[in-house]
Parts: sequence; structure tokens; C-alpha cells
Amino acid sequence: MSGTVADAGAVGRLRHQLPLLLWLVAVWNLLWGTWSWANLISGVVVALVVTLVLPLPAVVGGVRVRPVAVLVFVGTFLVDLVRAGALVAWQTVRRRGISSSAILRVQLRTDSDLLLTIVTEAVTLVPGSMVIEIDRETRVIGLHVLSVDTDEDLDRQRRSVLLTEERVVRAFGTAEEIAALQRAPEPAGRPS
Amino acid sequence: MGVVADVVAATCLLLGSLLCLTAGLGLVRFPDVLTRMHAGTKPQVLGILLIMVGGAIRLQGWSATWMLLLVAVFQTLTAPISAHMVSRVAYRRRHVRRDRMVVDELGVAPRSPGEARGDEPADAAPSRGSPRAREG
Repeated sequence: MSGTVADAGAVGRLRHQLPLLLWLVAVWNLLWGTWSWANLISGVVVALVVTLVLPLPAVVGGVRVRPVAVLVFVGTFLVDLVRAGALVAWQTVRRRGISSSAILRVQLRTDSDLLLTIVTEAVTLVPGSMVIEIDRETRVIGLHVLSVDTDEDLDRQRRSVLLTEERVVRAFGTAEEIAALQRAPEPAGRPS
Repeated sequence: MGVVADVVAATCLLLGSLLCLTAGLGLVRFPDVLTRMHAGTKPQVLGILLIMVGGAIRLQGWSATWMLLLVAVFQTLTAPISAHMVSRVAYRRRHVRRDRMVVDELGVAPRSPGEARGDEPADAAPSRGSPRAREG
């Protein structure tokens, strides 16, 4: 895991910061709104200064991007986002307000900071679920879910989190991490 | 063409504004911090996105579009994080309406009689088994 981090020095550090640099240059150019060489060069300068003055720890493991799986993830995510918005919006206006809520623990299977972050972000934006606690060591997230009444609802929510995780790992994870999805035992119902 | 674009843009803007309104309504009507955070993250993010789409169609020139794109990206990135932080603090301070909850698997231990109340909402009905519960 630390093999890539070990080749320190300026070059190694720069290589790790490259995605961040590209993102900062992109943001700079989008903010100016027009394309020109001056914008590009000043963007590179600003990005370098920002990464040197305010260094961030490297993201260990990196990403592999699988275009089809990313499309599946983003598509499902957008559909979920619309459903989430509509559902919660409806609950705010209907007469009887919201139904009861619950706090669940879900055992995730991936062991990557980046993937866990993406999963958490996606879950928080998806219908009626919001992550309130993350235990990085044991990979357990605690989430608050809306509109649950029965045990089936709880199970449905758990499954949907695990499916989100699976889509994220298939989109951005390494082959190893995808294999880990299958290796992991079927999530039992309620952890004791 | 112009008319169609206008209609689409107007629809997006109106729908987006409505969703933002429901986010505000949710903040008023929902019972506790955790549920209010749901109202604050979901319809509101979708509402902002729709308003951005409507604005992008309606505004002239690409430079505005890029700006709107950035706003949308940062909204989807930051809204869940702020909601998470606020809810986490609220939960740890026990600012939770347990009577409205089916199950709590994280299970912060119930308060013992001498313990400080934390921020338990004053309007919460006493939960079953809690020391504050009174018979009859």
C-alpha cells in the first residue's frame, strides 16, 4: 500500500498531487469563463502555489476509472437524487408530515479512504438516508433514514446502501477491491 | 427553438424554486435536527441544480454557464458534508427525538438518572425505559 508513497522527493510528490493540480487549473479556468493561454498559465501558477503552500496528504491507492461503470453509477445516482428530492419535498408539504425515522449500522466492504468518501457522499444525497457516523477502522457507517416503518423498510435501506457501495467500487475501485466485494460474507440483517 | 428553450428554462427555474421552498418548509415542519438536515440537503440540492440548468439555458454566453457548473459541483460536494457534520454533533449531544425513531443501532446508552441532559429536545416525549418516563 505504501509502495507508491515511498518514492518521495519532489517528483513523487508532484505526481501524487497531479489530479489536484489539474482540478485547480480547471476551476480557475471555469471561474474566468473564457479560454486563453494567459488563463491556463496563470491557473497553473496559482495551482502550484496553492498545492505548495497548503499541501494535502496524498490519496493512497488512487483511482481507476471504468467509463461504463461510472456511467451506471452517475445515472443511478441522478435518478436517486430526483427521487430523493421529490420524496422529501412531498413529505414536507403533506398534512401528516414525516413518518418515523431510524438509525442503522451498515457494514461496508471496501477499505479505501477515497471509495468510502464517495460512498458516503452518494448515500447522503440518496432518498431519505444520511450518514451521521463513520468508523474507519471497522468500515461501519451509521446512517439516519427517513420514512421507515417496518423491518422490510430497514432491510431495503441497508441493501440500497450496499448496492451504492458496489456501484462505486465497480466504477472507481481496483480489481482487488471488486474481488473483495464478492469475498465478503453476505451482510447479515441486524448486527448484534 | 427560442420558445422551447424559454419554456424549458422557466420550468426548471420554477421547479427548482419550489424545491428550495419545500426545503425551507421542511426546516419548519420536521421534528428534530436529524430530520431537518434531510430537508436541508435533498430537495435543496436538487432545487439548486434545476435552477442552474434553467439559468444556463436562459443566460447568454458560455462564461456564465461555466460558473453555474462550478456552483452545481460544489453544492453536491459540500451539502452532504455540512449535513453530516451538523447531524453528527446533534446525535452525539443526544439532540434526538427518540420517540419518533423505530430503531437506533448506534445505541448511545440511555441516560442514567444523575447524568446531564445533553441537548435532548424539551418537547420530546419520554422514550420507553428512559428514567424520565412516568407511569400513568
